[in-house]
Amino acid sequence: MKFINFIKESSKVILKGNKYYYAWISSLFLLIVWGGLGYFEQLKSGLAVTNMNDSISWGFYIGNFTFLVGVAAAAILLVIPAYIYHWKPIKEITIFGEILAVSAVIMALGFVIVDMGGPFRLWHMIPFIGLLNFPDSLLAWDSIVLSLYFLLNLFIVTYLLYMHFIKKDYNKKIFDKLILLSIPMAISIHTVTAFLFNGIAARPYWNSALLAPKFIASAFCSGPAVLLILFQILKKTTKFDIKQEAIEKIAELMAYSMFLYLFMFFSEIFKEVYSGTHHLVHLKYLFLGVKGHTDLVIYAWASIIFSIVAFVLFLIPKTRMNVITLNIGAILIFIGVYIEKGIALIIPGFSPDSLGQLHIYKPSMIEIRTSVMIFSLGFLLFTFLSKIAVEIIFENLNINSIKAETGTDQNS
Amino acid sequence: MATIQKNIYIFFMALIFILLIIPNTIFGDNEKKETLIQVPPPPFSEDIFPCSECHSDMEPNPERRVLEEMHDDIILKHDENNRWCLDCHDLKNRDKLHLANGKLIDFTESYKLCGQCHGPKLREWKNGVHGKRTGYWNGKKTYLLCAHCHNPHSPKYKKMKPEPAPDDPMKGRR
Amino acid sequence: MSDNKTIEKKESRRTFLKKTALASTFATLAACGSDSSWEEFFQKNFKTLDDDDKNKIIKRLEKKYTEKYGKKFSVSGKDPIDDTLFGYGLDISRCIGCRKCVYACVEENNQSRDPQIHWITVLEMAKDKGVDLFHSHADYERELVPDDDHFYFPVACQQCENPPCTKVCPVGATWKEKDGIVVVDYNWCIGCRFCMAACPYGARHFNWAEPNVPKDEINPETHYYGNRPRPKGVVEKCTFCVQRVREGLYPSCVEICPVGARKFGNLLDPDSEIRYILKHKRVLVLKEELNTQPKFYYFY
Repeated sequence: MKFINFIKESSKVILKGNKYYYAWISSLFLLIVWGGLGYFEQLKSGLAVTNMNDSISWGFYIGNFTFLVGVAAAAILLVIPAYIYHWKPIKEITIFGEILAVSAVIMALGFVIVDMGGPFRLWHMIPFIGLLNFPDSLLAWDSIVLSLYFLLNLFIVTYLLYMHFIKKDYNKKIFDKLILLSIPMAISIHTVTAFLFNGIAARPYWNSALLAPKFIASAFCSGPAVLLILFQILKKTTKFDIKQEAIEKIAELMAYSMFLYLFMFFSEIFKEVYSGTHHLVHLKYLFLGVKGHTDLVIYAWASIIFSIVAFVLFLIPKTRMNVITLNIGAILIFIGVYIEKGIALIIPGFSPDSLGQLHIYKPSMIEIRTSVMIFSLGFLLFTFLSKIAVEIIFENLNINSIKAETGTDQNS
Repeated sequence: MATIQKNIYIFFMALIFILLIIPNTIFGDNEKKETLIQVPPPPFSEDIFPCSECHSDMEPNPERRVLEEMHDDIILKHDENNRWCLDCHDLKNRDKLHLANGKLIDFTESYKLCGQCHGPKLREWKNGVHGKRTGYWNGKKTYLLCAHCHNPHSPKYKKMKPEPAPDDPMKGRR
Repeated sequence: MSDNKTIEKKESRRTFLKKTALASTFATLAACGSDSSWEEFFQKNFKTLDDDDKNKIIKRLEKKYTEKYGKKFSVSGKDPIDDTLFGYGLDISRCIGCRKCVYACVEENNQSRDPQIHWITVLEMAKDKGVDLFHSHADYERELVPDDDHFYFPVACQQCENPPCTKVCPVGATWKEKDGIVVVDYNWCIGCRFCMAACPYGARHFNWAEPNVPKDEINPETHYYGNRPRPKGVVEKCTFCVQRVREGLYPSCVEICPVGARKFGNLLDPDSEIRYILKHKRVLVLKEELNTQPKFYYFY
């Protein structure tokens, strides 16, 4: 009964808001429709409406998938200080990390589904009903850990908000264990996603043992960067509050991650350049261009320069504490990692392809529209969930306040 | 009566003998049971065989020379400095070829002639490595003679026009 | 075996309700996808089925294709021949790069004409570079072949003994058969293309759009795992012409090759041509360092 109330109140919350809220929601809806029509085209005519082909058989979709898994995993960067070191300022806002994780996993799964040739055959992956090739296929592992991570975070978010709503303390014994479980789960989703690529001997560009640790390190840069920016937006637009020291702590942790990320990045560059084998060609294509094709060069350099500048901004305490330079750094590292995952990871792995043939890929309009659809859906979900969370945690929406409200209604 | 039966008997014995011997003459002892060679007719130019049709009325001329009136379309590019027509074609029996030891062979056995110089190739051909076989990988196969692919007078394999290149993978996209 | 069957039957009863619920939503949507009937939509992985179910599916497909192409179709489900492991030899000193094999393969195996799918890629390689994929060209255009400064290197599925493509498939839609042929169940493939990323030989091809084969060019003698018509959104590959070789015939690329550079046979038969090649010629396999153990041997 109480839970039904919780759901009812939550749905009311997402329906009401000021005009900016409505404008934001309706523009997301418009984008979903615009993108959805593009995706419908793809369903009808097949993936030929994308620019992927037999030579470059994965592209923008899988790049976004990889990036979003990283964002999802990064939520735990808030969990660690909050729940392992019991650092209160972050504990209050951890739930927003979890909400981001839920939204990001949904988007990531969305990108896998739109990349499939037969999305209606997805049931083939359901164990016992279909035939999941476990443990051989890393994609089987990935679908398992992603689903579990999604369910875990969804439960944590719902449970926490619900307990807040009914004004009860959560069951610390079980809850703390679950939240601790989310740490290895987060690591595992990104590790397994890295292993998808890492285990493919046919693609030397991905066949590096550093891929998984690099994934984790870069995710711990981009995920919190998203959070930092979102927190400030929420702070401006709602009663959401975050303490300055929490922001500084997150920024400090990001600086460590950036160092590790850049360190591993340069280790890989060194190994490839110094040994100078045939495998260097993929990096060459990315950073210098091959046979006159320089399509990715500008992105590759932007990514690395942005990442280094962001690292410097986060490293120096003065710029880390300053809101403006902090935000610039967050945006730079976000763009840097987005390029690194979305563009610089997938495409060079196929350029040149396994028979040495070089073809040029850039996403088609349909691919962009479909991606916009998924991102808009994810943003919508995040908006709804965080609006509910803000109302419950910061604006004191709870079971008693509702009763009081309905009581006054009857009186008047 | 007895003579007819005897004749039939001899006929069948001869037939069996021939069936047994034909593959063996080609493959020697390492021949497998199920493969029977089926040589398609040699690739003669049109209306030219049997050669004796024209040559039986002619006086054979064993002198090495450049042919001018007939067969001037044949340009010998096969060790031409050391050889000419009658090193392979027989002077007396125009419908046959002859080996270096003078033994006459049919055109259907021309590989024996080729194999006199190209021994290793002949061995590989017999084992199905050189040349082409079609039919059944576990049964009856059809073989080609050397001359089916290599013009004996100019044996270098001729260049040909390739089939079209594959489409650009981005054809019809964007 | 019988245990498995009863479990599966229970399973199917239990999932029946779920399925019918799903069916209404999906069957209409499935028209957008690749499966034309709900029967086809709920078809199980072919290798897990018993002979009865396999035959039913084959009958259904034969009917469907016959209607679609106006030609009597036969779809074989023939199992591997006992004591057979197929091997392929390609004489790189003989191949002239004429691409006749490419198009013979397309015709035999009903590959889509437009968008174009080729199971064989012929690479032109510079003689002074050797077998160097990065400096090779698949799209060479020449008046005459072979070019004097180049040699030719056709690549198709290498039918690995240790295939990376089957390992990565999340739904077990592709596997190595007993005779060594790596096959795909086109009705089970979900089109994730993980196998294409994993294949070191570019041997797997995806139906980016609805495949298109003219009615008068379609080959109606097919095998379930081979050249039967494919839906859009699934991966396909060379099967050594499974519909031919399991009947004892040579693959059609072997039959067409004008220079006899292509050799095929049973690796378990010591008297086969392919065994003679392994014994007497110098053979190499492509990317041997990946330990895929191809059964496709290049020799010279």
